[in-house]
Amino acid sequence: MVKLHERKFVSADPEKCVGCQICEYACSFNKEKVFNPLKSRIRVVRVNQLANMAVTCRLCEEPRCVAACPRDALTQSKETGAIELDKDKCNGCGWCVEACDYGAMMIHPETKIVYVCDLCKDNPEGPQCVKWCPEEAITLVTSDVLAQKARISAIKKLFQEKEEK
Amino acid sequence: MLGYAGKILYVDLTTGRTRTEKLSEDDAKKYVGGIGLGMKLYLSNSKAGVNPLSSENPLVLALGPVSGTMFPTGGNGHAFISKSPETGGVGEAVSHGTFGAELKRAGYDAVILTGKAEKPVYLWIDDDAIQLLDASNVWGKSPFETEDAIKGEIGDYYVRVASIGLAGEKQSKIACIINEKTRAAGRTGLGAVMGSKNLKAIAVRGTNDIVVAKPEEFIEMVKEFHERMKGPAAQKYRTLGTAGNLLIQNSLYCLPTRNGNNAYFENAERVSGEALNDRYIAKIIACNSCAMRCEHEAVVHEGPYKGTLARMEYDNIWALGPNCGVDKLDAIIKAAELCNYYGLDATSTGVAISFLMDCHENGILSHEELDGIDAHFGNADALVQLVEKIGKREGIGDILADGVKVAAEKIGKNSIQLAQQIKGLEVPGYDLRCLKTTALSFAVSFRGADHNRSGAYSMELKGKVDRLKAEKGRGKLVKDAEDIYVLIDSLIICKNAKGTLYKKIEEMAKLYNLVTGIEMTAEQLGIAAERISTLAKLINIREGFSRKDDTLPWKVMNQPITEEGPVKGAVVTQEELDLLLDDYYQARGWNADGIPTKDTLQKLGLQDYQNITLGKEA
Repeated sequence: MVKLHERKFVSADPEKCVGCQICEYACSFNKEKVFNPLKSRIRVVRVNQLANMAVTCRLCEEPRCVAACPRDALTQSKETGAIELDKDKCNGCGWCVEACDYGAMMIHPETKIVYVCDLCKDNPEGPQCVKWCPEEAITLVTSDVLAQKARISAIKKLFQEKEEK
Repeated sequence: MLGYAGKILYVDLTTGRTRTEKLSEDDAKKYVGGIGLGMKLYLSNSKAGVNPLSSENPLVLALGPVSGTMFPTGGNGHAFISKSPETGGVGEAVSHGTFGAELKRAGYDAVILTGKAEKPVYLWIDDDAIQLLDASNVWGKSPFETEDAIKGEIGDYYVRVASIGLAGEKQSKIACIINEKTRAAGRTGLGAVMGSKNLKAIAVRGTNDIVVAKPEEFIEMVKEFHERMKGPAAQKYRTLGTAGNLLIQNSLYCLPTRNGNNAYFENAERVSGEALNDRYIAKIIACNSCAMRCEHEAVVHEGPYKGTLARMEYDNIWALGPNCGVDKLDAIIKAAELCNYYGLDATSTGVAISFLMDCHENGILSHEELDGIDAHFGNADALVQLVEKIGKREGIGDILADGVKVAAEKIGKNSIQLAQQIKGLEVPGYDLRCLKTTALSFAVSFRGADHNRSGAYSMELKGKVDRLKAEKGRGKLVKDAEDIYVLIDSLIICKNAKGTLYKKIEEMAKLYNLVTGIEMTAEQLGIAAERISTLAKLINIREGFSRKDDTLPWKVMNQPITEEGPVKGAVVTQEELDLLLDDYYQARGWNADGIPTKDTLQKLGLQDYQNITLGKEA
């Protein structure tokens, strides 16, 4: 039986993201009770004034970070798809950081081992970046829903362009 | 004392030596932070009569206790303070973005820059490691290019940079300091002070945690303000932005047009916030920690200015548009982009250009004296050419590059009557002839003509007071509005979000307490605001200011509004100004010459500064 994708990951809509970095503060505060982007599992990139985007772990189907770890410190949760870390095994070598295409794997400035989005599994409210984003740019979605959204906006754009012509 | 980093960094650019000092708890409580703390540090580290562009004039960079936290708009501000080369009095300018938060994480409440580097340098603050690095490869470059080059050189994309452009390097008195490409500490010419020190930029990386005293209650307050920012208090900023004021002010005949010759712009529709949003706004972005985002980015998609990108607000549209009689938005956006490119304050630049156009139309300056530029009101090409000339200090641009007061002195022929300035600072877009409380607030503003020292215009545009009347009571209104604004600039939060502070000082006191853990009542914070306002006045008195400097531009007092309509004939007379000044000084506890009395200094805990007022307070 074919199944829809169930894994939900944190995704930011570049059309809506304004680069305010509130997600970074919400994340570091939730996880470590401090305000510090360097301790946030989600990071904001402003390439220029018009291109803003928050990026975090996308729960890849065949995660390269897991494959890259020479010490088998990383595994992927079968249930949620989140990347899980065995703290005793990680030595902060950074191979997973290099392997990740999205910059989602980071070395913690104090513990010197890897940290990554865990979907706020310990918080009953769920991912705090999603909750706090004032633009509702960050959502918890499945890849199927993302694909649907992309299709709809592409078609809308197509028809809009036709109307303008 | 959480919230505060607890440290002040001193950088001597002459010797390259740096040191840190502990932030005094007494200073923190008395002057809050931001411009309050910055002005206190300026006063303690400078001598009376110092030449603003000499190595003896310190430049202070200060943060507020809220900077670096998650409080919406609180995370992001920083302030520069010095003696203004434009006014000769206290100069201060606040900017927002991310730079301030980064500096707080690096561990400083303030940076005091003294001396002058031998060669162009930039200051690299990497937490505790402070270096002066060679800036010769970015000298002459725009702030935009400088920022990218420094990030590349350091090899960290998240480094934050504040820098000057060519105008600051050439010590133009209307030069600003730009951070994150589109944000400016714009007014009072502090870019020139930075340039006079051969300091091209300040780059910061901060990795420390910011912790607040009462995290759970603090987060509840943040949540509450996030909700408020979704509501009506932030509606204007979320939609049209400040540019929405253009048509409102035009309909009230208080949109200074063609250098204040008119109070109404017949083509306002073409340059309105509505037109801007319809055709040019590509994205609205936010500063760090802000839940209401208001920074409108305009992009020109076609025509001679294709590819232009600038942040547009009421202020730069007005200054470069209606004020110069220009009704072409694409040229206005181009002129605004060039102001950023050269690092010029757009308000002062626009007023300098409108002054020149006025001189030309009045036959004071000939076509030849204008380097062949057809500087008539309404000529969009001339506007763009003149910004270039000012930025490069070329030809006629050299005369305008120090602001209208200096330009009028150089040009002579009574052109000072056409110079829209107070204390040497160019007047922003409010027709003071029919906004009399605003006129008072501009006259007494310690940094010269400016709407951002009190926001008094807001009560007049909303009709809360009769704007054509000069009467007792306005002094107190201005004083109270000023006190809220100095607190906003000291905590540093954002004036665009002032509407979300339903209980003004009471809520600011709560915020201060939750962040710092220092008990501060609304009353105590109110007194701190009075103290900061009076401290600013003391700096000006030290530099020789008195009642005679609290005045209005010639046109505001001598050239009544001519347009048919509700404000025809409006002008501010000397009697009216005197009445308003007396009322204001009284509300502040200053004497008739605008000098704080002994009792007032005592009451505000400023008795240590009595030497400044000695012999003047009688």
